[in-house]
Amino acid sequence: MTILLDLVSWTFLVLGTLAGIIGAVGLFRFPDFYSRVHAAGVTDTLCAGLVLLGLMLQAGLTLISVKLMLILVFLWLTSPVASHSLVQAALHSRLKSWRRNGEGE
Amino acid sequence: MSHLLLLIIGLSAFWVLLSGFWDNLLLLSLGVASVLLVALLDWRSTSSNPEPYRLAVLHRLPLYWSWLLVAIVSSNIDVMKRILFPRRFPIDPQFTRIPYTQHSSLGVAIFANSITLTPGTVAIEVDDTHILVHALTGEAARDLARGEMDRRVTRLERCEG
Repeated sequence: MTILLDLVSWTFLVLGTLAGIIGAVGLFRFPDFYSRVHAAGVTDTLCAGLVLLGLMLQAGLTLISVKLMLILVFLWLTSPVASHSLVQAALHSRLKSWRRNGEGE
Repeated sequence: MSHLLLLIIGLSAFWVLLSGFWDNLLLLSLGVASVLLVALLDWRSTSSNPEPYRLAVLHRLPLYWSWLLVAIVSSNIDVMKRILFPRRFPIDPQFTRIPYTQHSSLGVAIFANSITLTPGTVAIEVDDTHILVHALTGEAARDLARGEMDRRVTRLERCEG
């Protein structure tokens, strides 16, 4: 039983780490600020969610798991606010966005 | 009034879960004091601006959250695909305006936050009828324009009765 639990938890941890690495790669690959925010969103949501879920399985039914759950809830409630204000600030300072057909907007 | 009561119960549960102290009288009374202080601040700040809270939102929240979780995972997979295979799945960033049908500011906030939480779309600005959104792909923009998320949030915030 513990082996099964460890297996599932480590799967979540490894998948979460992979999602974080992919998000970081996207941060370099995407062409402009606006699209890079979307890549950072992968790290914010899936990477954090999977890693915290894996840690919750490691901690079992304890207060630590409750705290990890609360971290996830607060992270998912607040990180959109940060992304939103960054993008809004960029738009208000008239940062040009990259377009596929080559012309800026 | 029921809102205030619920807030006090929720804050107390939150305090106990975070501290894990049950039997130290000094710490417990400090916890009670902080809960009452926060409840007082909330009461003062909402009594001057009475937007009616709809507690019925709470019991519809789990259904919406589970739908949102699926949406988050699938849009994450889409964005990761475009990061790893940019040739096969090219990005096409664009700005688009999405109409919303929520009536309360709480509903609009939930909708805008949900848009930003799903990778591939970010809510930028809210006016009286539309939300300005930056989408990573035309597909993500069309998905949002189809309005399923909007309908679900509106159902979430609708008044009782």
